Amino acid sequence: MKKKTANLISLGLVAGLFLVLFLLEQVMDPASMLFVVLKKGAIYALVAVSMNLLNGFTGLFSLGQAGFMLIGAYAYGILTIPPEARDAVYQYFDGGIIQFALPVPLALIIAGLAAAFFAFLIGLPVLRLKSDYLAIATLGFAEIIRAFFQWDALGPITNGSNLLRRFPTFSSVIFPFFVAGLCIAIIVLLVNSSYGRAFKAIRDDEVAAEAMGINLFKHKQMAFVISSFFAGVSGALLAMYQTTVQASAFKSAMTYEILLIVVIGGIGSISGSCIASFLFIACNEWWLRFLDNELFIGTWQVPLLRTGFRKVVFSIIIMAVVLFYRQGIMGDR
Amino acid sequence: MSMLEIKDLKVNYGGIEALKGISFQVEEEEIVTIIGANGAGKSTTLRAIMEVVKPAGGSISFQGEEITGMNTQRIVEKGIVLVPEGRRVFPNLTVLENLRIGAYLRGDKQGIEKDIQHVYSLFPRLQERHWQHAGTLSGGEQQMLAVGRALMARPKLIMMDEPSLGLAPLVVKDIFAIIRRIHEEGVTVLLIEQNANAALKIAHRGYVMETGRITLTGTGTALLNDESVREAYLGKAH
Repeated sequence: MKKKTANLISLGLVAGLFLVLFLLEQVMDPASMLFVVLKKGAIYALVAVSMNLLNGFTGLFSLGQAGFMLIGAYAYGILTIPPEARDAVYQYFDGGIIQFALPVPLALIIAGLAAAFFAFLIGLPVLRLKSDYLAIATLGFAEIIRAFFQWDALGPITNGSNLLRRFPTFSSVIFPFFVAGLCIAIIVLLVNSSYGRAFKAIRDDEVAAEAMGINLFKHKQMAFVISSFFAGVSGALLAMYQTTVQASAFKSAMTYEILLIVVIGGIGSISGSCIASFLFIACNEWWLRFLDNELFIGTWQVPLLRTGFRKVVFSIIIMAVVLFYRQGIMGDR
Repeated sequence: MSMLEIKDLKVNYGGIEALKGISFQVEEEEIVTIIGANGAGKSTTLRAIMEVVKPAGGSISFQGEEITGMNTQRIVEKGIVLVPEGRRVFPNLTVLENLRIGAYLRGDKQGIEKDIQHVYSLFPRLQERHWQHAGTLSGGEQQMLAVGRALMARPKLIMMDEPSLGLAPLVVKDIFAIIRRIHEEGVTVLLIEQNANAALKIAHRGYVMETGRITLTGTGTALLNDESVREAYLGKAH
Protein backbone atom coordinates (compact mmCIF):
# COMPACT_ATOMS: atom_id res chain seq x y z
CA MET A 1 0.00 0.00 0.00
CA LYS A 2 2.73 2.39 1.06
CA LYS A 3 4.73 1.52 -2.03
CA LYS A 4 1.69 2.05 -4.21
CA THR A 5 1.13 5.59 -2.96
CA ALA A 6 4.82 6.37 -3.39
CA ASN A 7 4.59 5.15 -6.98
CA LEU A 8 1.50 7.26 -7.58
CA ILE A 9 3.21 10.34 -6.17
CA SER A 10 6.29 9.93 -8.35
CA LEU A 11 4.07 9.27 -11.37
CA GLY A 12 2.22 12.50 -10.59
CA LEU A 13 5.51 14.39 -10.27
CA VAL A 14 6.69 13.14 -13.63
CA ALA A 15 3.40 14.10 -15.28
CA GLY A 16 3.62 17.50 -13.62
CA LEU A 17 7.16 18.00 -14.88
CA PHE A 18 6.15 17.30 -18.46
CA LEU A 19 3.15 19.62 -18.11
CA VAL A 20 5.41 22.43 -16.87
CA LEU A 21 7.83 21.81 -19.75
CA PHE A 22 4.93 21.90 -22.20
CA LEU A 23 3.58 25.16 -20.76
CA LEU A 24 7.03 26.77 -20.70
CA GLU A 25 7.39 26.05 -24.38
CA GLN A 26 4.06 27.70 -25.09
CA VAL A 27 4.82 30.94 -23.27
CA MET A 28 8.58 31.41 -23.58
CA ASP A 29 10.83 32.31 -26.46
CA PRO A 30 12.10 28.99 -27.87
CA ALA A 31 15.57 30.49 -28.33
CA SER A 32 15.82 31.17 -24.57
CA MET A 33 18.90 29.86 -22.80
CA LEU A 34 16.60 27.99 -20.45
CA PHE A 35 15.72 25.52 -23.21
CA VAL A 36 19.34 25.05 -24.15
CA VAL A 37 20.06 24.13 -20.54
CA LEU A 38 17.05 21.84 -20.27
CA LYS A 39 17.78 19.95 -23.49
CA LYS A 40 21.51 19.54 -23.01
CA GLY A 41 21.03 18.98 -19.27
CA ALA A 42 18.67 16.05 -19.90
CA ILE A 43 21.15 14.48 -22.32
CA TYR A 44 24.06 14.92 -19.95
CA ALA A 45 21.95 13.61 -17.06
CA LEU A 46 21.50 10.36 -18.97
CA VAL A 47 25.18 9.92 -19.76
CA ALA A 48 26.15 10.94 -16.22
CA VAL A 49 23.79 8.35 -14.76
CA SER A 50 25.19 5.73 -17.13
CA MET A 51 28.71 6.62 -15.97
CA ASN A 52 27.55 6.49 -12.36
CA LEU A 53 26.25 2.98 -12.96
CA LEU A 54 29.84 1.98 -13.70
CA ASN A 55 31.90 4.23 -11.47
CA GLY A 56 29.49 4.70 -8.60
CA PHE A 57 27.60 1.43 -8.40
CA THR A 58 29.98 -1.18 -9.74
CA GLY A 59 33.23 0.52 -8.74
CA LEU A 60 34.71 0.34 -12.23
CA PHE A 61 36.64 3.50 -12.96
CA SER A 62 36.07 3.82 -16.68
CA LEU A 63 36.83 6.89 -18.78
CA GLY A 64 35.46 5.68 -22.10
CA GLN A 65 32.14 7.50 -22.00
CA ALA A 66 32.90 9.96 -24.82
CA GLY A 67 33.93 7.07 -27.06
CA PHE A 68 30.63 5.26 -26.55
CA MET A 69 28.70 8.49 -27.09
CA LEU A 70 30.57 8.93 -30.35
CA ILE A 71 29.59 5.45 -31.51
CA GLY A 72 25.96 6.15 -30.61
CA ALA A 73 25.97 9.54 -32.31
CA TYR A 74 27.48 8.15 -35.50
CA ALA A 75 25.24 5.08 -35.55
CA TYR A 76 22.22 7.34 -35.24
CA GLY A 77 23.42 9.81 -37.87
CA ILE A 78 24.47 7.18 -40.38
CA LEU A 79 21.19 5.28 -40.12
CA THR A 80 18.75 8.19 -40.25
CA ILE A 81 19.99 10.61 -42.93
CA PRO A 82 17.26 10.51 -45.58
CA PRO A 83 18.47 8.92 -48.85
CA GLU A 84 17.68 12.09 -50.82
CA ALA A 85 20.04 14.09 -48.58
CA ARG A 86 22.88 11.61 -48.74
CA ASP A 87 24.43 12.90 -51.96
CA ALA A 88 24.89 16.29 -50.35
CA VAL A 89 26.17 14.97 -47.00
CA TYR A 90 28.54 12.37 -48.45
CA GLN A 91 29.67 14.67 -51.24
CA TYR A 92 33.24 13.36 -51.20
CA PHE A 93 32.17 9.74 -51.06
CA ASP A 94 29.58 9.54 -53.86
CA GLY A 95 26.66 9.58 -51.47
CA GLY A 96 28.02 6.83 -49.26
CA ILE A 97 27.10 3.16 -49.42
CA ILE A 98 24.04 3.24 -47.16
CA GLN A 99 20.93 4.25 -49.04
CA PHE A 100 18.12 3.85 -46.56
CA ALA A 101 16.89 5.63 -43.44
CA LEU A 102 15.50 4.02 -40.31
CA PRO A 103 12.76 5.50 -38.13
CA VAL A 104 14.10 7.54 -35.19
CA PRO A 105 13.12 5.26 -32.25
CA LEU A 106 14.66 2.23 -33.94
CA ALA A 107 17.83 4.19 -34.77
CA LEU A 108 18.12 5.31 -31.14
CA ILE A 109 17.99 1.71 -29.96
CA ILE A 110 20.51 0.62 -32.58
CA ALA A 111 22.77 3.51 -31.50
CA GLY A 112 22.71 2.07 -27.98
CA LEU A 113 23.25 -1.48 -29.23
CA ALA A 114 26.23 -0.42 -31.35
CA ALA A 115 27.89 1.18 -28.33
CA ALA A 116 27.02 -1.86 -26.23
CA PHE A 117 28.53 -4.19 -28.83
CA PHE A 118 31.83 -2.30 -28.82
CA ALA A 119 31.75 -2.31 -25.01
CA PHE A 120 31.30 -6.07 -25.04
CA LEU A 121 34.31 -6.55 -27.31
CA ILE A 122 36.71 -4.28 -25.47
CA GLY A 123 35.35 -5.43 -22.12
CA LEU A 124 36.69 -8.93 -22.74
CA PRO A 125 40.33 -7.89 -22.24
CA VAL A 126 39.94 -4.55 -20.45
CA LEU A 127 37.70 -5.56 -17.56
CA ARG A 128 40.36 -7.91 -16.24
CA LEU A 129 42.37 -4.82 -15.32
CA LYS A 130 42.21 -3.14 -11.93
CA SER A 131 41.08 0.43 -11.24
CA ASP A 132 43.72 2.81 -12.62
CA TYR A 133 44.68 0.54 -15.48
CA LEU A 134 41.06 0.18 -16.47
CA ALA A 135 40.74 3.99 -16.59
CA ILE A 136 43.78 4.27 -18.82
CA ALA A 137 42.66 1.48 -21.14
CA THR A 138 39.14 2.86 -21.58
CA LEU A 139 40.48 6.38 -22.12
CA GLY A 140 42.80 4.98 -24.78
CA PHE A 141 39.89 3.16 -26.39
CA ALA A 142 37.89 6.39 -26.64
CA GLU A 143 40.81 8.14 -28.34
CA ILE A 144 41.31 5.29 -30.80
CA ILE A 145 37.62 5.25 -31.68
CA ARG A 146 37.73 8.99 -32.35
CA ALA A 147 40.61 8.56 -34.79
CA PHE A 148 39.08 5.44 -36.31
CA PHE A 149 35.81 7.16 -37.21
CA GLN A 150 37.70 9.90 -39.03
CA TRP A 151 39.63 7.41 -41.13
CA ASP A 152 39.22 8.12 -44.83
CA ALA A 153 38.86 4.47 -45.80
CA LEU A 154 35.63 4.34 -43.76
CA GLY A 155 34.38 7.46 -45.52
CA PRO A 156 31.54 5.78 -47.45
CA ILE A 157 30.03 4.92 -44.05
CA THR A 158 31.26 7.55 -41.59
CA ASN A 159 31.89 10.42 -44.02
CA GLY A 160 35.50 10.50 -42.88
CA SER A 161 36.42 13.67 -41.05
CA ASN A 162 33.46 15.55 -42.52
CA LEU A 163 30.26 16.42 -40.72
CA LEU A 164 27.23 14.18 -40.65
CA ARG A 165 24.13 16.32 -40.94
CA ARG A 166 20.53 16.56 -42.14
CA PHE A 167 19.37 13.66 -39.99
CA PRO A 168 16.11 14.04 -38.05
CA THR A 169 16.43 16.20 -34.94
CA PHE A 170 14.10 17.46 -32.22
CA SER A 171 12.93 20.96 -31.47
CA SER A 172 10.80 20.39 -28.38
CA VAL A 173 12.43 19.91 -24.99
CA ILE A 174 9.87 17.18 -24.29
CA PHE A 175 11.67 14.68 -26.53
CA PRO A 176 15.08 14.53 -24.78
CA PHE A 177 13.32 14.58 -21.41
CA PHE A 178 11.15 11.67 -22.41
CA VAL A 179 13.97 9.51 -23.80
CA ALA A 180 16.48 10.35 -21.07
CA GLY A 181 13.80 9.94 -18.39
CA LEU A 182 12.81 6.53 -19.71
CA CYS A 183 16.44 5.37 -19.84
CA ILE A 184 17.21 6.67 -16.35
CA ALA A 185 14.09 4.94 -15.03
CA ILE A 186 15.37 1.66 -16.48
CA ILE A 187 18.77 2.22 -14.82
CA VAL A 188 17.04 2.92 -11.48
CA LEU A 189 15.11 -0.35 -11.78
CA LEU A 190 18.34 -2.18 -12.58
CA VAL A 191 20.21 -0.66 -9.64
CA ASN A 192 17.45 -1.71 -7.26
CA SER A 193 17.24 -5.25 -8.62
CA SER A 194 19.31 -8.18 -7.41
CA TYR A 195 21.79 -7.45 -10.22
CA GLY A 196 22.21 -3.94 -8.86
CA ARG A 197 22.85 -5.40 -5.44
CA ALA A 198 25.52 -7.64 -6.89
CA PHE A 199 27.12 -4.61 -8.62
CA LYS A 200 27.26 -2.77 -5.31
CA ALA A 201 28.66 -5.82 -3.56
CA ILE A 202 31.46 -5.98 -6.14
CA ARG A 203 32.15 -2.29 -5.58
CA ASP A 204 32.31 -2.75 -1.81
CA ASP A 205 34.45 -5.87 -1.67
CA GLU A 206 35.41 -7.97 -4.68
CA VAL A 207 36.82 -10.86 -2.70
CA ALA A 208 33.78 -11.21 -0.48
CA ALA A 209 31.46 -10.87 -3.48
CA GLU A 210 33.32 -13.65 -5.25
CA ALA A 211 33.15 -15.84 -2.18
CA MET A 212 29.35 -15.34 -2.18
CA GLY A 213 29.32 -16.89 -5.64
CA ILE A 214 28.98 -13.68 -7.65
CA ASN A 215 30.76 -14.11 -10.95
CA LEU A 216 32.93 -10.99 -11.00
CA PHE A 217 33.73 -10.86 -14.68
CA LYS A 218 30.20 -11.58 -15.83
CA HIS A 219 28.72 -8.83 -13.68
CA LYS A 220 31.39 -6.28 -14.55
CA GLN A 221 30.84 -7.04 -18.22
CA MET A 222 27.09 -6.64 -17.76
CA ALA A 223 27.46 -3.26 -16.05
CA PHE A 224 29.92 -2.12 -18.69
CA VAL A 225 27.71 -3.14 -21.61
CA ILE A 226 24.54 -1.64 -20.10
CA SER A 227 26.30 1.60 -19.19
CA SER A 228 27.68 1.86 -22.71
CA PHE A 229 24.27 1.19 -24.21
CA PHE A 230 22.86 4.25 -22.48
CA ALA A 231 25.97 6.30 -23.28
CA GLY A 232 25.29 5.39 -26.91
CA VAL A 233 21.67 6.52 -26.66
CA SER A 234 22.75 9.79 -25.08
CA GLY A 235 25.31 10.23 -27.85
CA ALA A 236 22.49 9.89 -30.37
CA LEU A 237 20.44 12.46 -28.46
CA LEU A 238 23.43 14.80 -28.43
CA ALA A 239 23.72 14.41 -32.18
CA MET A 240 20.04 15.34 -32.53
CA TYR A 241 20.52 18.33 -30.25
CA GLN A 242 23.58 19.59 -32.13
CA THR A 243 22.01 18.75 -35.52
CA THR A 244 25.48 17.75 -36.76
CA VAL A 245 28.03 15.11 -35.73
CA GLN A 246 31.77 15.22 -36.05
CA ALA A 247 34.07 12.70 -34.42
CA SER A 248 36.63 15.32 -33.46
CA ALA A 249 34.16 16.83 -30.98
CA PHE A 250 34.10 13.75 -28.73
CA LYS A 251 37.31 14.49 -26.92
CA SER A 252 38.35 13.17 -23.56
CA ALA A 253 37.42 16.61 -22.19
CA MET A 254 33.82 15.49 -22.68
CA THR A 255 34.39 12.46 -20.47
CA TYR A 256 35.90 14.71 -17.82
CA GLU A 257 32.85 16.97 -17.94
CA ILE A 258 30.68 13.95 -17.30
CA LEU A 259 32.97 12.76 -14.54
CA LEU A 260 32.76 16.23 -13.02
CA ILE A 261 28.96 15.98 -13.02
CA VAL A 262 29.07 12.54 -11.40
CA VAL A 263 31.49 13.69 -8.68
CA ILE A 264 29.63 16.92 -7.94
CA GLY A 265 26.30 15.08 -7.83
CA GLY A 266 27.67 12.39 -5.58
CA ILE A 267 29.22 9.10 -6.59
CA GLY A 268 26.55 6.43 -6.42
CA SER A 269 23.63 8.85 -6.42
CA ILE A 270 21.34 8.92 -9.45
CA SER A 271 19.35 11.97 -8.33
CA GLY A 272 22.66 13.74 -7.64
CA SER A 273 23.88 13.06 -11.17
CA CYS A 274 20.67 14.48 -12.63
CA ILE A 275 20.72 17.64 -10.49
CA ALA A 276 24.44 18.20 -11.05
CA SER A 277 23.99 17.76 -14.78
CA PHE A 278 21.51 20.63 -15.06
CA LEU A 279 23.62 22.76 -12.71
CA PHE A 280 26.75 22.10 -14.69
CA ILE A 281 25.17 22.82 -18.05
CA ALA A 282 23.52 25.97 -16.71
CA CYS A 283 26.85 27.25 -15.35
CA ASN A 284 28.81 26.19 -18.38
CA GLU A 285 26.46 27.54 -21.03
CA TRP A 286 24.78 30.38 -19.26
CA TRP A 287 25.50 31.60 -15.75
CA LEU A 288 29.29 31.54 -15.88
CA ARG A 289 29.62 32.65 -19.49
CA PHE A 290 30.52 36.15 -18.30
CA LEU A 291 33.83 34.77 -17.02
CA ASP A 292 34.95 34.29 -20.61
CA ASN A 293 34.20 37.85 -21.66
CA GLU A 294 36.46 40.80 -21.03
CA LEU A 295 34.69 43.35 -18.92
CA PHE A 296 35.42 47.07 -18.62
CA ILE A 297 34.15 49.25 -15.85
CA GLY A 298 34.76 52.70 -17.22
CA THR A 299 38.27 52.32 -18.57
CA TRP A 300 39.32 49.81 -15.93
CA GLN A 301 39.47 46.23 -17.16
CA VAL A 302 38.35 43.67 -14.60
CA PRO A 303 41.35 41.35 -14.16
CA LEU A 304 41.34 37.63 -15.03
CA LEU A 305 38.16 37.72 -17.10
CA ARG A 306 39.10 36.45 -20.53
CA THR A 307 38.46 33.44 -22.80
CA GLY A 308 39.14 30.21 -20.94
CA PHE A 309 38.84 31.63 -17.43
CA ARG A 310 35.57 29.69 -17.03
CA LYS A 311 37.55 26.45 -17.28
CA VAL A 312 39.87 27.65 -14.52
CA VAL A 313 36.90 28.31 -12.28
CA PHE A 314 35.53 24.84 -13.01
CA SER A 315 38.85 23.28 -12.15
CA ILE A 316 38.86 25.09 -8.83
CA ILE A 317 35.30 23.96 -8.13
CA ILE A 318 36.13 20.31 -8.74
CA MET A 319 39.21 20.54 -6.55
CA ALA A 320 37.15 22.10 -3.78
CA VAL A 321 34.49 19.39 -4.12
CA VAL A 322 37.03 16.59 -4.04
CA LEU A 323 38.88 18.06 -1.07
CA PHE A 324 36.08 19.30 1.17
CA TYR A 325 32.82 17.93 -0.08
CA ARG A 326 33.63 14.46 -1.22
CA GLN A 327 30.13 13.03 -0.99
CA GLY A 328 28.79 15.60 -3.50
CA ILE A 329 25.29 17.03 -3.53
CA MET A 330 23.34 13.84 -2.95
CA GLY A 331 25.97 11.20 -2.19
CA ASP A 332 26.06 9.43 1.14
CA ARG A 333 29.66 8.29 1.15
CA MET B 1 32.78 -41.17 2.49
CA SER B 2 33.84 -37.93 4.06
CA MET B 3 31.88 -34.77 3.41
CA LEU B 4 34.99 -32.85 2.45
CA GLU B 5 38.16 -34.65 1.48
CA ILE B 6 41.39 -32.82 0.73
CA LYS B 7 44.26 -34.80 -0.75
CA ASP B 8 47.78 -33.48 -1.19
CA LEU B 9 46.61 -29.90 -1.82
CA LYS B 10 49.31 -27.52 -3.02
CA VAL B 11 49.12 -23.77 -3.57
CA ASN B 12 51.87 -21.46 -4.82
CA TYR B 13 51.96 -17.69 -4.53
CA GLY B 14 54.51 -16.57 -7.06
CA GLY B 15 57.49 -18.76 -6.29
CA ILE B 16 56.50 -19.42 -2.70
CA GLU B 17 54.82 -22.65 -1.69
CA ALA B 18 52.02 -21.59 0.66
CA LEU B 19 50.65 -25.14 0.92
CA LYS B 20 53.09 -27.98 0.51
CA GLY B 21 50.65 -30.81 0.02
CA ILE B 22 48.13 -31.10 2.83
CA SER B 23 45.48 -33.76 3.34
CA PHE B 24 42.56 -33.75 5.72
CA GLN B 25 38.89 -34.68 5.95
CA VAL B 26 35.76 -33.20 7.40
CA GLU B 27 32.98 -35.64 8.22
CA GLU B 28 29.30 -34.85 8.03
CA GLU B 29 27.95 -32.90 11.05
CA GLU B 30 31.36 -32.33 12.57
CA ILE B 31 33.07 -29.23 13.83
CA VAL B 32 36.65 -29.41 12.61
CA THR B 33 39.23 -26.78 13.38
CA ILE B 34 42.57 -25.96 11.85
CA ILE B 35 44.85 -24.06 14.20
CA GLY B 36 48.26 -22.58 13.61
CA ALA B 37 50.31 -19.43 13.67
CA ASN B 38 50.13 -16.53 11.25
CA GLY B 39 51.26 -17.48 7.78
CA ALA B 40 50.88 -21.21 8.30
CA GLY B 41 48.55 -21.41 5.30
CA LYS B 42 45.20 -21.70 7.04
CA SER B 43 43.39 -18.99 5.08
CA THR B 44 45.00 -20.18 1.87
CA THR B 45 43.49 -23.61 2.48
CA LEU B 46 39.97 -22.19 2.65
CA ARG B 47 40.52 -19.96 -0.35
CA ALA B 48 41.78 -22.90 -2.35
CA ILE B 49 38.69 -24.92 -1.44
CA MET B 50 36.50 -22.05 -2.72
CA GLU B 51 38.71 -21.82 -5.81
CA VAL B 52 39.30 -18.13 -5.10
CA VAL B 53 42.96 -19.09 -5.43
CA LYS B 54 43.81 -21.84 -7.89
CA PRO B 55 45.52 -24.89 -6.42
CA ALA B 56 48.81 -25.97 -8.00
CA GLY B 57 48.10 -29.60 -7.28
CA GLY B 58 46.08 -32.11 -5.31
CA SER B 59 42.38 -32.76 -5.18
CA ILE B 60 39.35 -31.52 -3.28
CA SER B 61 36.16 -33.52 -3.19
CA PHE B 62 32.85 -32.64 -1.60
CA GLN B 63 30.25 -35.31 -0.86
CA GLY B 64 32.13 -37.70 -3.08
CA GLU B 65 32.31 -35.32 -6.02
CA GLU B 66 35.52 -33.82 -7.31
CA ILE B 67 35.25 -30.03 -7.09
CA THR B 68 38.84 -29.05 -7.92
CA GLY B 69 38.81 -26.51 -10.75
CA MET B 70 35.08 -25.78 -10.58
CA ASN B 71 34.26 -22.09 -10.45
CA THR B 72 33.35 -20.47 -7.16
CA GLN B 73 29.74 -20.04 -8.18
CA ARG B 74 29.28 -23.80 -8.66
CA ILE B 75 30.97 -24.52 -5.35
CA VAL B 76 28.61 -22.18 -3.49
CA GLU B 77 25.72 -23.90 -5.25
CA LYS B 78 27.03 -27.28 -4.08
CA GLY B 79 26.69 -26.04 -0.52
CA ILE B 80 30.06 -24.76 0.65
CA VAL B 81 30.23 -21.20 1.89
CA LEU B 82 33.06 -19.11 3.30
CA VAL B 83 32.86 -16.53 6.07
CA PRO B 84 35.96 -14.61 5.11
CA GLU B 85 38.63 -13.35 7.44
CA GLY B 86 38.02 -9.87 8.75
CA ARG B 87 34.25 -10.33 8.23
CA ARG B 88 34.21 -8.44 4.92
CA VAL B 89 30.59 -7.41 5.02
CA PHE B 90 29.62 -4.96 2.27
CA PRO B 91 29.93 -1.66 4.16
CA ASN B 92 27.76 0.50 1.90
CA LEU B 93 24.93 -1.99 1.62
CA THR B 94 22.29 -2.24 4.31
CA VAL B 95 22.16 -5.23 6.64
CA LEU B 96 19.18 -6.59 4.72
CA GLU B 97 20.93 -6.14 1.36
CA ASN B 98 23.95 -7.98 2.73
CA LEU B 99 21.73 -10.90 3.66
CA ARG B 100 20.11 -10.92 0.23
CA ILE B 101 23.52 -11.01 -1.43
CA GLY B 102 24.19 -14.17 0.55
CA ALA B 103 21.23 -15.76 -1.23
CA TYR B 104 22.30 -14.39 -4.61
CA LEU B 105 22.45 -17.76 -6.33
CA ARG B 106 19.07 -18.91 -5.06
CA GLY B 107 15.86 -18.37 -6.97
CA ASP B 108 13.25 -19.40 -4.40
CA LYS B 109 11.82 -16.10 -3.21
CA GLN B 110 9.71 -17.57 -0.42
CA GLY B 111 12.57 -19.64 0.91
CA ILE B 112 14.79 -16.56 0.97
CA GLU B 113 12.21 -14.55 2.95
CA LYS B 114 11.89 -17.46 5.38
CA ASP B 115 15.64 -17.70 5.80
CA ILE B 116 15.94 -13.95 6.43
CA GLN B 117 13.48 -14.39 9.29
CA HIS B 118 15.49 -17.36 10.49
CA VAL B 119 18.71 -15.33 10.52
CA TYR B 120 16.87 -12.58 12.38
CA SER B 121 15.77 -15.12 14.99
CA LEU B 122 19.40 -16.20 15.43
CA PHE B 123 20.64 -12.60 15.58
CA PRO B 124 17.89 -10.25 16.78
CA ARG B 125 20.39 -7.40 16.60
CA LEU B 126 20.45 -7.70 12.83
CA GLN B 127 16.69 -7.29 12.64
CA GLU B 128 16.86 -4.15 14.78
CA ARG B 129 19.43 -2.73 12.42
CA HIS B 130 18.28 -4.17 9.12
CA TRP B 131 18.15 -0.74 7.43
CA GLN B 132 21.59 0.42 8.57
CA HIS B 133 24.65 0.36 6.40
CA ALA B 134 26.74 -2.62 7.43
CA GLY B 135 29.78 -0.37 7.78
CA THR B 136 28.15 1.34 10.75
CA LEU B 137 27.79 -1.89 12.76
CA SER B 138 30.15 -2.84 15.58
CA GLY B 139 32.74 -5.55 15.02
CA GLY B 140 30.65 -8.19 16.74
CA GLU B 141 27.54 -7.23 14.81
CA GLN B 142 29.48 -7.34 11.55
CA GLN B 143 30.62 -10.86 12.41
CA MET B 144 27.00 -11.84 13.08
CA LEU B 145 26.10 -10.37 9.71
CA ALA B 146 28.94 -12.21 7.98
CA VAL B 147 27.69 -15.49 9.48
CA GLY B 148 24.07 -14.63 8.69
CA ARG B 149 24.99 -13.77 5.13
CA ALA B 150 26.75 -17.11 4.76
CA LEU B 151 23.73 -18.97 6.16
CA MET B 152 21.53 -17.32 3.51
CA ALA B 153 23.17 -19.58 0.93
CA ARG B 154 21.74 -22.59 2.84
CA PRO B 155 25.16 -24.21 3.14
CA LYS B 156 25.89 -27.80 4.06
CA LEU B 157 29.41 -26.83 5.04
CA ILE B 158 30.27 -23.45 6.47
CA MET B 159 33.93 -22.47 6.60
CA MET B 160 34.93 -19.70 8.97
CA ASP B 161 38.18 -17.84 8.77
CA GLU B 162 39.22 -16.39 12.13
CA PRO B 163 35.75 -15.35 13.27
CA SER B 164 37.07 -14.11 16.64
CA LEU B 165 39.77 -11.90 15.14
CA GLY B 166 39.80 -8.42 16.63
CA LEU B 167 36.70 -8.89 18.77
CA ALA B 168 36.29 -8.21 22.49
CA PRO B 169 36.48 -11.34 24.71
CA LEU B 170 32.79 -11.18 25.59
CA VAL B 171 31.84 -10.96 21.93
CA VAL B 172 34.18 -13.85 21.13
CA LYS B 173 32.19 -15.95 23.57
CA ASP B 174 29.00 -15.06 21.72
CA ILE B 175 30.55 -15.96 18.40
CA PHE B 176 31.52 -19.42 19.62
CA ALA B 177 28.03 -19.91 21.02
CA ILE B 178 26.70 -19.04 17.56
CA ILE B 179 29.01 -21.58 15.93
CA ARG B 180 27.62 -24.26 18.24
CA ARG B 181 24.10 -23.18 17.42
CA ILE B 182 24.72 -23.38 13.69
CA HIS B 183 26.21 -26.80 14.14
CA GLU B 184 23.16 -27.96 16.09
CA GLU B 185 21.03 -27.01 13.11
CA GLY B 186 22.89 -29.61 11.07
CA VAL B 187 25.50 -27.51 9.31
CA THR B 188 29.02 -28.89 9.24
CA VAL B 189 31.64 -26.39 10.36
CA LEU B 190 35.26 -26.01 9.33
CA LEU B 191 36.80 -23.43 11.61
CA ILE B 192 40.11 -21.70 11.36
CA GLU B 193 41.35 -19.99 14.47
CA GLN B 194 44.32 -18.45 16.18
CA ASN B 195 42.32 -18.60 19.38
CA ALA B 196 43.28 -22.27 19.68
CA ASN B 197 41.90 -22.72 23.14
CA ALA B 198 38.33 -21.71 22.30
CA ALA B 199 38.41 -23.47 18.94
CA LEU B 200 39.64 -26.81 20.31
CA LYS B 201 37.03 -26.70 23.06
CA ILE B 202 34.11 -26.76 20.64
CA ALA B 203 35.72 -28.85 17.88
CA HIS B 204 35.31 -32.59 17.50
CA ARG B 205 38.62 -32.85 15.74
CA GLY B 206 41.50 -30.53 15.04
CA TYR B 207 44.51 -30.19 12.79
CA VAL B 208 47.65 -28.22 13.57
CA MET B 209 49.26 -26.42 10.66
CA GLU B 210 52.80 -25.14 10.41
CA THR B 211 54.31 -23.42 7.38
CA GLY B 212 52.19 -25.09 4.76
CA ARG B 213 52.04 -28.56 6.33
CA ILE B 214 49.75 -30.37 8.73
CA THR B 215 51.92 -31.50 11.60
CA LEU B 216 49.48 -32.91 14.09
CA THR B 217 45.93 -34.17 14.25
CA GLY B 218 43.61 -35.47 16.92
CA THR B 219 40.34 -34.92 18.72
CA GLY B 220 39.74 -31.50 20.20
CA THR B 221 40.37 -32.65 23.73
CA ALA B 222 43.44 -34.65 22.80
CA LEU B 223 45.02 -31.62 21.17
CA LEU B 224 44.03 -29.41 24.08
CA ASN B 225 46.00 -31.75 26.34
CA ASP B 226 48.89 -32.29 23.97
CA GLU B 227 52.10 -30.99 25.45
CA SER B 228 53.55 -29.53 22.23
CA VAL B 229 50.26 -27.84 21.28
CA ARG B 230 49.98 -26.34 24.75
CA GLU B 231 53.46 -25.02 24.52
CA ALA B 232 53.18 -23.59 21.03
CA TYR B 233 49.60 -22.30 20.89
CA LEU B 234 48.00 -22.20 24.29
CA GLY B 235 50.73 -20.74 26.47
CA LYS B 236 52.23 -22.82 29.29
CA ALA B 237 49.97 -21.42 31.97
CA HIS B 238 46.97 -23.48 30.75
